[in-house]
Amino acid sequence: MNPTTNTTVRSRGPWALALERLRHDRAAITAGATLVGVLLLALLAPVIASLVGHGPGDQFLDIGLSSSGIPIGPNRTFLLGTDSLGRDVLVRIAYGTRVSLLVGVLASALAVLVGTVVGIAAGWYGGLVDRALSRLMDVVLSLPFLVFALALVAVVGPSLTISVVVIAFFTWASVGRIVRAQALSIRELEYVQAARTLGASHRRIMFVEILPNVTASVIVYTTLLIPGAITGEATLSFLGLSVVPPTPSWGNMLADAMAYYKVAWWFVFFPGAALLITTVAFNVLGDSVRDALDPRRDTASHRSGEEAA
Amino acid sequence: MLAHELEREIVHRGERLTAAHVSARPGEPLVSLERVVKEFPVKSAGLFSRSREKVHAVSDVSLEVRRGETLALVGETGCGKSTLARCVMRLHDVTSGKVVFDGTDITAASHAELQPFRRRMQMVFQDPYGSLNPRRRVGSIIGDPFDIHRLATGAERTPRVQELMALVGLNPEHYNRFPGDFSGGQRQRIGIARAIALHPDLIVCDEPVSALDVSIRAQILNLLADLQRELGLTYLFISHDLSVIRHVSNRVAVMYLGRVVELAPVDDLYEHARHPYTRALLSAIPVPDPDRAAAREHVVLSGDPPSPLDPPSGCRFHPRCPRAAARCASEAPRLAPAPGDAAEHITACHFPLADHELLATTTVGQRA
Amino acid sequence: MTPVSAHPGVAPLLEVRDLRVAFRTPDGLLEAVNGLSFSVARGQVLGIVGESGSGKSVATQTMVGLTRGARVTGEALFEGQNLLAMSPDQLRAVRGRGIAMVFQNPLSSLHPLYRIGWQIVEMIQAHEQVTKAQARARAIELLGLVGIPHPSRRVDDYPHQFSGGMLQRAMIAMALALNPRLLVADEPTTALDVTVQAQIIRLLGRVQQEFGTAIILITHDLGVIAEVADQVIVMYAGRAMEVAPRRELFRAPSHPYTRGLLHAMPRADLAGGRLTPIPGQPPSLIARPAGCPFHPRCTEAADRCGHDTPPLDALPSAVHHLSSCWLTSSSEKSYIVGNA
Repeated sequence: MNPTTNTTVRSRGPWALALERLRHDRAAITAGATLVGVLLLALLAPVIASLVGHGPGDQFLDIGLSSSGIPIGPNRTFLLGTDSLGRDVLVRIAYGTRVSLLVGVLASALAVLVGTVVGIAAGWYGGLVDRALSRLMDVVLSLPFLVFALALVAVVGPSLTISVVVIAFFTWASVGRIVRAQALSIRELEYVQAARTLGASHRRIMFVEILPNVTASVIVYTTLLIPGAITGEATLSFLGLSVVPPTPSWGNMLADAMAYYKVAWWFVFFPGAALLITTVAFNVLGDSVRDALDPRRDTASHRSGEEAA
Repeated sequence: MLAHELEREIVHRGERLTAAHVSARPGEPLVSLERVVKEFPVKSAGLFSRSREKVHAVSDVSLEVRRGETLALVGETGCGKSTLARCVMRLHDVTSGKVVFDGTDITAASHAELQPFRRRMQMVFQDPYGSLNPRRRVGSIIGDPFDIHRLATGAERTPRVQELMALVGLNPEHYNRFPGDFSGGQRQRIGIARAIALHPDLIVCDEPVSALDVSIRAQILNLLADLQRELGLTYLFISHDLSVIRHVSNRVAVMYLGRVVELAPVDDLYEHARHPYTRALLSAIPVPDPDRAAAREHVVLSGDPPSPLDPPSGCRFHPRCPRAAARCASEAPRLAPAPGDAAEHITACHFPLADHELLATTTVGQRA
Repeated sequence: MTPVSAHPGVAPLLEVRDLRVAFRTPDGLLEAVNGLSFSVARGQVLGIVGESGSGKSVATQTMVGLTRGARVTGEALFEGQNLLAMSPDQLRAVRGRGIAMVFQNPLSSLHPLYRIGWQIVEMIQAHEQVTKAQARARAIELLGLVGIPHPSRRVDDYPHQFSGGMLQRAMIAMALALNPRLLVADEPTTALDVTVQAQIIRLLGRVQQEFGTAIILITHDLGVIAEVADQVIVMYAGRAMEVAPRRELFRAPSHPYTRGLLHAMPRADLAGGRLTPIPGQPPSLIARPAGCPFHPRCTEAADRCGHDTPPLDALPSAVHHLSSCWLTSSSEKSYIVGNA
């Protein structure tokens, strides 16, 4: 029997196909570039500080505030203006980016890790294990975020670590539910049955067969979780439950700015804009990643004619 | 092929093997199913309700698959053939009855106890698109059996996998490609390579060609036949397609609603079918010959098969059978040779059809 | 390359001329249908046989405007009017009254949340000025005609309450509601059990005889064609390979692909043995080989087959029997189609 290859089409794995689609997606490129910019802002915060000569905590009560004690607007010395204590808004935003990104990414990563493991276990084992884990997820999802956060911080005291833990705690269950649903449907597919007939252990099936097939949706969900985590952190620090002042974060800057919005628009606008741009960029990128990873488009295109015929 | 010729053929094939680990000799039962019953509880809505409804997928089936043969299980949707095959493979636990593999009762074997048996029986699945993990490379998929049973690691696996790929007609250089790059027929070959990797004794083929194009089906059927010869395999072949079955089987079991209604050597079944359902099935097969199509007996069964949730009493076929009498509704017939038939040809019918009788025009009252 | 109608002198009900359907993909232009011509006479059953990738479904779906994003050229004249040149509104008027379609999977063709009767009534009322009561009476009548027992009760059932075979009958009933002149059935029995398939094929034959409806039956199963078709087209890679009346095709198949298919088919009525497969794989519809699309797999291919595409010509001995093959072509001119 002569082996024949009928593919004159290049052979590409599912990940390579997805990357290629992303590369052609204008929205994804723009969002990605924006996020690279945000990342650079965070990384280069000390550089920016030294360039303009202002630290994040340096208060310039003489040149940074007007004669009546009101923050001054953007000018040559303070490119984005100053805040209520005469501190450079630009530099504080740059340092605030670090907090947001750190909490956003760490909390999401933690949530995804826990949620994926729980979801796959619940979906694969079924029965009692599934029922127990599902009830657990239901309970976690019904807890009120702010009340719980307030209570926890009252006991332990505010910090970056607490932010990460609290946000992760409230997000892992939604990841778990989605992964569980996927695992349930993958479990019935024939390649999983095939693994069982070969004598594969439960662990092997969960990691080798199921996990790679939920990774796609997990990645998509992660890129959409991060903006939520960032906003969550901003909420917490707005309420003073996250990083401790004078460490800047977008949330606590916005909290300070509330009292001055009538006289110092830049103080509200710039941190708000930073938050908005970052979350929008993540959302857009997440949408594009979801489209790129859509398994329905994974067949080599020379087969789409067969399916249509 | 007559029964004794058949046996000779099987023995002849089997003798070429030196499979010392198999205790069943050619022609002897490799798999024995004894009074197997499989029922699925139906989950009804409601948090605490215990369901009382059951799907009677397989009801009291006793069969044996002999070493070296191809036994076909044929029937329509809901007859239980796929469920039965999965019971053999221990993918399902049977509700009652025994599954015996090469002399060992594996009905209740645990996962660990089943491991050595997993190497000896394998399965080829129906859907070429669903039976291969789309995110794994083909070489890794075929190499799975070696990995799971710790028979070859990493670099050692590659030459063995490539050997298997060549054996099933694939280009060994495509080792690192993904399933999405292959056509339906090629994917089935990959699935077959995975199934024969550890040289099993039994392969259960669950509708292996139903999802393939007609011009590719013949390639795969020939491949399966070649592999059976070269590797001394025994096949349990599941299909709804009676045309395919005629070409691959030695014996055929016809199933209806969870029970075996007729079992015979292949040519006997097609030329001397005794059970009314078998006759109806045979007459319904589209034949690519307009003249023969017009000339043969046309039996059109009324209605649809009843649901396995609530099977009829007695003979399960009686509501649709043109020959049904009162006895058929109350008493389930047992599998036994019809008058004049050899021991190999058994039918579960109170009024089996004789050769000259036509199902469409005869009623029970007319039997002499 | 004129297609021959069964009744010369009478205009055919449907005439398709040189239909080409192509899709743009990242890997190139995918030519699903590549120069298809055929005709259907009134009351005739035309069987279109082909495997996956043959273009059989794309061709008929494009005809009634169900294909999106494709480049279409050619003509599809239904009762003299070109379907491919019609606006969506005009097409909608044709669909249902002139041409009705029945698909492979009835469960996905019917709305799961509306009763069967309601769906039929709605369709009737969309095209005809009748009262709801009249439409409902007609729906019940139709369900009875297609062999559904207790139609006055079943008319109020939901699709999931029907079995596969009954649901396909209901689909056919719905398709017949407006007395279409042409019924296109795309693999109507592929998803059904063989005994149910026999019932549906019988039903289609009755539809032709009792209502005079022309039928285009699309299938991959030559056995089904042998039971019910009058005229047969064998398609491969978007082109017609052979066109013949039913008996003629099975008694004297001419094209190597048709012959290959018949030899590769397992038969229940003949004693088993080794089958003769067609070697190779179905072709890629993007990077088409030059010349005859079947030549890479053809055991009788000559040199010319790899360069020139043979036209669909009548066989020297039988004017109603056409084949696209250099071995039997009477035409001397070369006929190069598409990209080399």
